[in-house]
Amino acid sequence: MLRSIATAALLSIAVAAGPALAAPEAGKPAPDFSGTDTAGKTWSLAELKGTPVILEWTNHDCPYVVKHYDAGNMRALQQEATGAGYTWLSVISSAPGKQGHVSAAQADALTKSRDAAPSAVLLDEDGSIGKAYAARTTPHMFVIDKEGVLVYMGGIDDKATTDKADIDGAENYVRLAMADLAAGNPVGQAVTRPYGCSVKY
Amino acid sequence: MLLLCLLLVWNPAGASTPAEPAIDSALFDGPAASAPLLTDNVRARLLAEVDTVVPGELLDLALVLDIRAHWHTYWRNPGDSGEPPRIRWQVPDGVEVGDIRWPVPAAIAVGPLVNYGYSDRAVHLVEVEVPADWPAGEPVEIAADATWLVCEEECVPEQGRFALTLATAEAVAPAPADSPRAALFADARQRLPESGVIAAGLERTEAELTLRVPAAALPADIADAHFFADTWGLIDHAAPQPWALGDDGATLLLRLKPGEAAASVPATGLLRVVAAGRTLGLGIDATGAAPLTDPAAPGAGSATAGAADLGLPLALGFALLGGLVLNLMPCVFPVLAIKALGLAGQGGAGVRHRALHGLAYTAGVLTFFLALGLLLLGLRAGGAAVGWGFQLQSPLFVALMAYLFVVLGMSLAGALTLGTSLMGLGQDNRALAEEGHVGAFATGALAALVAAPCTAPFMGAALGYAMTVPWFAALAIVLALGLGMALPFLLLALLPGLARSLPRPGPWMETLKQALAFPMFATAAWLFWVLAVQTGTAGLAAGFAGALLLAFALWLHERLRLGRAPWPRVGAGVALAGLAGALWLGATAGAGNAGLGSAAAMQSAAAPARTAMLPAEPYSPERLSAARGEGRPVFVNMTAAWCITCLVNERVALSGSAVARAFAEQGVVYLKGDWTNRDPAITDYLAGFGRNGVPIYVFYPPGGEPRLLPQVLTEASVLAGIGAG
Repeated sequence: MLRSIATAALLSIAVAAGPALAAPEAGKPAPDFSGTDTAGKTWSLAELKGTPVILEWTNHDCPYVVKHYDAGNMRALQQEATGAGYTWLSVISSAPGKQGHVSAAQADALTKSRDAAPSAVLLDEDGSIGKAYAARTTPHMFVIDKEGVLVYMGGIDDKATTDKADIDGAENYVRLAMADLAAGNPVGQAVTRPYGCSVKY
Repeated sequence: MLLLCLLLVWNPAGASTPAEPAIDSALFDGPAASAPLLTDNVRARLLAEVDTVVPGELLDLALVLDIRAHWHTYWRNPGDSGEPPRIRWQVPDGVEVGDIRWPVPAAIAVGPLVNYGYSDRAVHLVEVEVPADWPAGEPVEIAADATWLVCEEECVPEQGRFALTLATAEAVAPAPADSPRAALFADARQRLPESGVIAAGLERTEAELTLRVPAAALPADIADAHFFADTWGLIDHAAPQPWALGDDGATLLLRLKPGEAAASVPATGLLRVVAAGRTLGLGIDATGAAPLTDPAAPGAGSATAGAADLGLPLALGFALLGGLVLNLMPCVFPVLAIKALGLAGQGGAGVRHRALHGLAYTAGVLTFFLALGLLLLGLRAGGAAVGWGFQLQSPLFVALMAYLFVVLGMSLAGALTLGTSLMGLGQDNRALAEEGHVGAFATGALAALVAAPCTAPFMGAALGYAMTVPWFAALAIVLALGLGMALPFLLLALLPGLARSLPRPGPWMETLKQALAFPMFATAAWLFWVLAVQTGTAGLAAGFAGALLLAFALWLHERLRLGRAPWPRVGAGVALAGLAGALWLGATAGAGNAGLGSAAAMQSAAAPARTAMLPAEPYSPERLSAARGEGRPVFVNMTAAWCITCLVNERVALSGSAVARAFAEQGVVYLKGDWTNRDPAITDYLAGFGRNGVPIYVFYPPGGEPRLLPQVLTEASVLAGIGAG
């Protein structure tokens, strides 16, 4: 008995000491964040209360991100969301020197060149927003309702490939979540597997 | 666009060719290997294990990816990011191509994330079957479009088209075993997970999952262990997985951090174990633990799963109740009834004698259960995968039990006069003498012996629990079971009031005694049927011959004894010889099992299927996970020829047209496991549900948690269980 207690205690300590990412939970208040966009403006979730928010982790060199931007899928989704009153924040959590890391000017140039339509692009080079949300992949999508509750986290759709041909016929989970929110329903698919490249913390 | 991507990520400073592996796939050439395909990060090739295949036979193909140093490709669950390779095959009609058999992956850290995948070389084996009616001599053209993602920190999706040609022939000489190609395939097979799936337990709390893997299923001296979830969302891939041996070394415990969909995805995966310098992959199925878990239970701070959530007092209660129910089992009730007769026969005897008689019976029952419990504990300590009904899994034991019942039947029918005290049948005052208590003791032990394999509905959970707890608790449970069984008779014996209300002895007792011969013969017939299932007709013939010899010897002995024959010693000698012959034949019947092993197993899988109207497939863990993977509902029935409850359930609840229709409508895959002979895969499956005996009925809704059905089925409960009621 003593031995098993000791074992359990050791195991618990080992787990607690682990460095894993904090895990946000669907249905609970979304972790607050504060970040700076390419124009130097500070955005925080607390200030956005009252409007629904979509967070999109991005890395312009990641083939999975490229798939959705090249096909115009991401832009369409961004326009749909902002048109419906959402604040769309694209977050770049790549550390300096890592793939996808960009300066503010480069980020603006990218928004233009890849024909993107977010509300703002947040530069999160220390990865603090990414880690608060346990963002793992690019893209990794989070939908937050206007009360600040995280209602969706996961992949952009259900076809985890880099093939643009798969966008037609894929179930776009972000679009579904927005439709559920608009209809006043709980989000049917609140958690899915995010797919893509790893976030380059 | 793809090219642009490649250019963007290509870093000339870090450029290196793919790592040169020990066995160079360029060493062999020919039509049965595709041309090597070189990308920036991978050298890819599709190879066949042999150049020439005989139609109707299987062969392996391998998609070999030699990966640039420090880069990696992915397992079927890629972990936090990434994507597994996919292969689209173009093969001629009739040629069947299997799924990728994934090598055991490694956990590859990428910053704070973890991927599941392969470095240096990943060999994806795929089984191909050329149909038997393929014209020999005509080549088989195989083409494959493969895509894979290869990452260091950056990721590059790559793809290739591969083609190869297999020659076909009526017969081929065996390929040289020492060729580089044979070595490559042999090496790839070494890296596959072991066959079979281990049933494990999973305890869930809000913050933690504890995977409990029976150590008996693992190698000794584990140096490292890591669990790879089959599906995204079960666990946090990046969290450390501290492990330890618990329960005095009987269980490997792994602490896992739940993933974002831990409650909704199946708890299956692969355990990677390093022991004695070897790395093994072992399939893990912890889905069985789920239905016993109730995370919503109020106040359940740490809801535990599996057998462990049955508290000791509750388990003792169940065991006692289970023991009581045993008295009503068809193979026990006659014995109890006979004992009641014996009591009635002692109507005039003193209370003290009666009490002693009852206590002797109780002691007999308890002694048997104690012996069985100790045996079970010994076997458990030895790590043998045995279950409760294990006595009846030995054909020799079955044959001897059948003989016993033949003799008891003959005795009851009046063909023999055995030492009547054995059955407590004494109708004269001898039963009250000292040997009467010995007889009561023997009857108690006999009743218990007969009852133990008839796993009554209440026994399963208690016994499963007994196997998971320390030895003293296990013994307490087994003894509680015995006490429950002895209780009705003990009460009769201790409370004279009850005993007085028993019918008075009279001629009806002889009638009843003779009538009770038939349940004995019925039991013998059933045991012979079990023997037939276990050993086939040869074993059955030996068993019958032995019974005949035994009956003849006993009859002869009886005639000579009664007739005061001039050569009583001859009679005894003949009887002894007959007995020896019968035992020898019984042993032959048992040994027949070894030779007939596989045939008998096939037969036993087929035999119950014939009697049921529902078409069943034999259970295998692979078949179960395959059917579940296809998203089909699955109904699992674990049965044994010697399990009466199982057979009654099949007759009563699983043979009706309503159930057959519901199964057909829902496309239910009906898997039946036969535990008549010991089968470790089924023992593991039972353990996964905290059970130690059959029957067990489990319904797996597509994509949902498995549902445990009651051990006593009705048509309505089956329909309700599969959601059709």
